[in-house]
Amino acid sequence: MSQGHTPSTEKRRPDRAALAIAVFLAALAGVIFWDTSRLAKIASYSGIGPATIPFVIASGLLLLAAWTVFEALRGDFPVRERQQVGPVAWIVGGLAAQMLLLKPLGFSIATGLLFALTAAGFGKRKLWFTIPIGVALCLVVWLIFAGLLQLSLPAGPLEHLFW
Amino acid sequence: MTTFDFLFQGILIAAQPMNLLYALIGVTLGTAVGVLPGIGPALTVALLLPVTYKLDPGGSLIMFAGIYYGGMYGGSTTSILLNTPGESSSIVTALEGNKMARAGRGGPALATAAIGSFVAGLIATLALAFIAPFVVKLALVFGPREYFALMVLAFVTVSSAFGDSTLRGLTSLFIGFALAIIGIDQLTGQARMSFGIPDLLDGVEVTTLAVAVFAIGESLYIAAQGDQGPDKVEAVKGSVWMTAQDWGRSWKAWLRGTAIGFPIGAMPAGGAEIGTFLSYATEKRLTKHPEEFGNGAIEGVAGPEAANNASAAGTLVPLLTLGLPTTATAAIMLAGFQQYGLQPGPLLFATNPQLVWGLIASLLIANFMLLVLNLPLVGLWVKLLTIPKPWLYAGILLFATLGTIGANPSVFELGMLLAFGLLGYVMRIFGYPIAPVVVGLILGPLAEQQLRRALAISQGDPSVLFTSPVAAVLLFIAALALIVPLILRARGRGQVLSQLAASED
Repeated sequence: MSQGHTPSTEKRRPDRAALAIAVFLAALAGVIFWDTSRLAKIASYSGIGPATIPFVIASGLLLLAAWTVFEALRGDFPVRERQQVGPVAWIVGGLAAQMLLLKPLGFSIATGLLFALTAAGFGKRKLWFTIPIGVALCLVVWLIFAGLLQLSLPAGPLEHLFW
Repeated sequence: MTTFDFLFQGILIAAQPMNLLYALIGVTLGTAVGVLPGIGPALTVALLLPVTYKLDPGGSLIMFAGIYYGGMYGGSTTSILLNTPGESSSIVTALEGNKMARAGRGGPALATAAIGSFVAGLIATLALAFIAPFVVKLALVFGPREYFALMVLAFVTVSSAFGDSTLRGLTSLFIGFALAIIGIDQLTGQARMSFGIPDLLDGVEVTTLAVAVFAIGESLYIAAQGDQGPDKVEAVKGSVWMTAQDWGRSWKAWLRGTAIGFPIGAMPAGGAEIGTFLSYATEKRLTKHPEEFGNGAIEGVAGPEAANNASAAGTLVPLLTLGLPTTATAAIMLAGFQQYGLQPGPLLFATNPQLVWGLIASLLIANFMLLVLNLPLVGLWVKLLTIPKPWLYAGILLFATLGTIGANPSVFELGMLLAFGLLGYVMRIFGYPIAPVVVGLILGPLAEQQLRRALAISQGDPSVLFTSPVAAVLLFIAALALIVPLILRARGRGQVLSQLAASED
């Protein structure tokens, strides 16, 4: 689904990206059907159990997928603006780095990296400059939120120097 | 006790020094974050939720009230001084307000927006206080099937009645529903859609989803547009005070805006936008200076801004009395209540009156504080607007992830944040509205619960849903709200509806 940034400007052509959305919706419906089939055995007194509503939602998603295919074939989807992949990759990379480094290195270093990589996504590419700023800022945030407001933010080697 | 007694007691609670401090922190933070371009009230509330985690419920909700109103004020400053409004409900304000700022009348534009917001907030909050007890009495008569019908109506109006595509609105809503299934079924204790992953048993956090689709989705989308040069911030030249003529042209617009905005917000029909558009259209028709419209007419700022704030107070009517959020902002506020195990609704008025009335009273107090704070501090807000984009969005993502980490410091939760962020980004590219996902996630399980209760009472007979007159009428309106726009769009009359587009926030 994240492949959806292929621009298609010609009208009245099958819209590949929109078809991909339809596939995603149908797949989501499939997962729900598969999961509810396991629950369907549990009947309840009212005839409506834990599987009923998911079944209805999955059916709705299938209908919407069909509708999406219909609109995609007719070229009814709005024209998209051109998307640049580079900046998105920087920010996604930053979020992934934060996710993976949060536990081993602590809040400040992991989030400082996110800060610097996001700034890079928006054009500030001097990482030797932005990473220290990010880490310092996040340390201040950590001291305020974890120290004063007692929010449980993971501490790493850097935080242990101060607290 | 009468409403006056309750309100008086509420004011006594809200006027305690600690609570005043919470309200002050709330309005200041709310305005500061709300001013930042690209951040609407929904995101403001979601980003600032972690600040309130460690407070007691009363203090936290009072701070929340401040954040909510502050976020609304901040948004209007942004749309007047910068031509990219941070919230869809102030698009209309930008139409005339930005023109005024360019013509060197930014001061009076900000003043009429601030004073208009104050007047509207005051009247609407009082109206909220007086209407709420009646709606509560009405709500006590409601059974599960009436609640279910009401929620169906809210689903339709939030997702598909406005905006430019029924298909995309409904798709957003159903993605929200699909996410809502995840976790333990409330009635039978069965795990659904959790695939044996313990982290999924608790379901998807509303705040995680909201922060991801709003903050991360928006950041990715803005970044992907590439560098378009800095936005032009209009300087505030001259006096911020309004002339006698400005006053004369504004006050009627404020009152009309309030009268239009509040009922629309109070109906379970989503969105502050509709009220602002209607108010703008009304002012345009009634004005004595039609030539100024499009070039910076002060009525065009005063009316919609009042309508905007009045309907913000209006959305609290269904939220507090019925537990029914009709905007993304209200959905996140509901999540704020739920973190303390409080379920807004008629019962809360009975079991926890101090809390509800303290909240309503602090809305009044927050409103006063904003009036006093805003105009003198306008220079500071302008400075916030000029933060360069790289630092701004880096900071937004820092605080967005901070909230999630503070609530649940797990790698899995951050993974969900990233996944939903990408979801929000892709939805933005293809023009899917964002608010229905959030509303679907929080309201879906409540609707399911009511439906299953109704059917349990009837021993599984679905006709019971239509045999109560109230439920039947509500479902009929919901069906109309779904079908009529569909026909309008098919016949090429969709432009009006897409102008009223539901909140992207």
